[in-house]
Amino acid sequence: VKIAVCVKEVPDSAVNKRIDQNTKRLDRSGEGALNHFDTQAVEEALKIKEAGGEGEVVLVSMGPAGAIDSLRKALAMGADRAVLITDDAAAGSDLVATSRALAAALEREGADLVLFGQQGNDSDGAVLWAAVSDRLRRPVISQVAELTVADGKVRGKRQTEFGYDVIEAPLPAVIAVSDAINEPRYPSLKGIMSAKSKPQESLSASDLGVDAGALGEEGSGTTVVALGDPPPRGDARKIEDDGNAAGQIVEFLAEKKLL
Amino acid sequence: LTTAVFLEHHEGELQKGSLGVLGKAASLGDDVAGIVLGSGVKDLASQAGRFGAKKLFVADAPELEAPLPQPRVDAIAQLVGEKGIDTVLFAASVLASDVAAGLAARIDAGLNWDLVDIVEQDGALVGKRPALEDTVYVDVGWTTGVRLALFRPGTFDPAESGGEAEVEELSPAFEDFSTQATMIEQAHEESEGPSIEDADVIVAGGRGLGGPENFSLVEELAKALGGAVAATRAVVDAGWYPYATQVGQTGKTVSPKLYVACGISGAIQHKVGMQGSGTVIAINKDPNAPIFEFSDLGVIGDLHEVVPKLTELVKQRKGG
Repeated sequence: VKIAVCVKEVPDSAVNKRIDQNTKRLDRSGEGALNHFDTQAVEEALKIKEAGGEGEVVLVSMGPAGAIDSLRKALAMGADRAVLITDDAAAGSDLVATSRALAAALEREGADLVLFGQQGNDSDGAVLWAAVSDRLRRPVISQVAELTVADGKVRGKRQTEFGYDVIEAPLPAVIAVSDAINEPRYPSLKGIMSAKSKPQESLSASDLGVDAGALGEEGSGTTVVALGDPPPRGDARKIEDDGNAAGQIVEFLAEKKLL
Repeated sequence: LTTAVFLEHHEGELQKGSLGVLGKAASLGDDVAGIVLGSGVKDLASQAGRFGAKKLFVADAPELEAPLPQPRVDAIAQLVGEKGIDTVLFAASVLASDVAAGLAARIDAGLNWDLVDIVEQDGALVGKRPALEDTVYVDVGWTTGVRLALFRPGTFDPAESGGEAEVEELSPAFEDFSTQATMIEQAHEESEGPSIEDADVIVAGGRGLGGPENFSLVEELAKALGGAVAATRAVVDAGWYPYATQVGQTGKTVSPKLYVACGISGAIQHKVGMQGSGTVIAINKDPNAPIFEFSDLGVIGDLHEVVPKLTELVKQRKGG
């Protein structure tokens, strides 16, 4: 099977994330890292490839040119090659615009299976797969916690608000995995050494045949109007238990009239 | 009538979250329509009317029986095109999120998600969206003719207004790819005892309890406070506590007056299920646990020490 995994560079978790007051976009100038949730999609793709004994795992991403450094972590885990959509015209793309670019790159790859991680830990977005699958006109299963691929079909077990679902779809299909699906592997030293020499391709909007006006802010359907402070959370307190924390909690509850 | 709300249903009941969004939409002024898609769902019209829908678009088809998103995208895309609807609102859920995003791509309409409010500002709709762990509130807008929005679970309470909805039936056509995914099995656990969704006080336990046997600490405290017991996905997955008590993205969304988190780190998956709570108290031995960032009172300490003492003190106080 040929598996495409959609991955994304996000600001490193050690960096304090901030929104740029001028562009009203997330400041991505600092250190970047591979979105942790995406490493689970990569892990699942590698498992499927290993179980089948053959196939290819290709990373598909959109981001600034420097994002290729973050994709290398997934190459080091074992992915075979990386495709990065990078174009100044794509900066500030929302769901509608991003799904256009990704779908175009995925059409070009023609993978049997497209995998997504549970969410982007920068925008907390957890919807991209549904938009991409609609553009690709392929079936989609989201929140998958157990995945099996056999006989040209994919089967996913997932948890919803009401219990468990088991859903099946023919390949080619789009799958979004949940963060309960696996524990991603650490890259081996050999993997890290070989990552740099694996094929890494950069594509512009025109390479994909996508009109630049269909991407970025121009191609987006949403806009940021203003930034504000959150409503105050009252007087949040933090105490360390010195043997009397229980008493302090009771006082707090009494003060809030919760007892 | 140009705003419609996707009304999710389960076992013959419209879901509280959808009805809350319906009430919010109705409060914005204009008449609002509900959308109910399923199989054998015509009886839900009266429920929708009671909670603020003036009109109800119903599609009843075997393709819509299983709660899968893609046939629903087909149905709503046709509805939007035929009826001149310019705003479609959703209460976020596993199903609704996929429907909204699929629809956004299908009709190239802007989708804003994770909203906690929507207001009319200078004649335009503006959504309020907390971002970056709720440290920033972003005002978001739409640039497309059709606007789509997903609201955070539990954001609005349903408001009964006692009206009636006029029903209009739809006969959507389905795309080939939309019906390729099929539901093989659905296993729904029945909950026992009072539902945590209606409790005023919830005491929740996480991995920090150390083992299933220690859930008794949480149960005792809940009993003393007159509340219900909840659990995180990690401990439900580990088999320590039943699924019906799970709070989080893939469990229940709760908004009690008091939420006491015992040994819970506060992963996003859990946070989205309880962030609507009034007062949050967290007890955790890790001073860096994210739960402290959204707690009103954070207690750094060993829950095995603190919780039994607290239970005792609460009992004494209530007894005296």
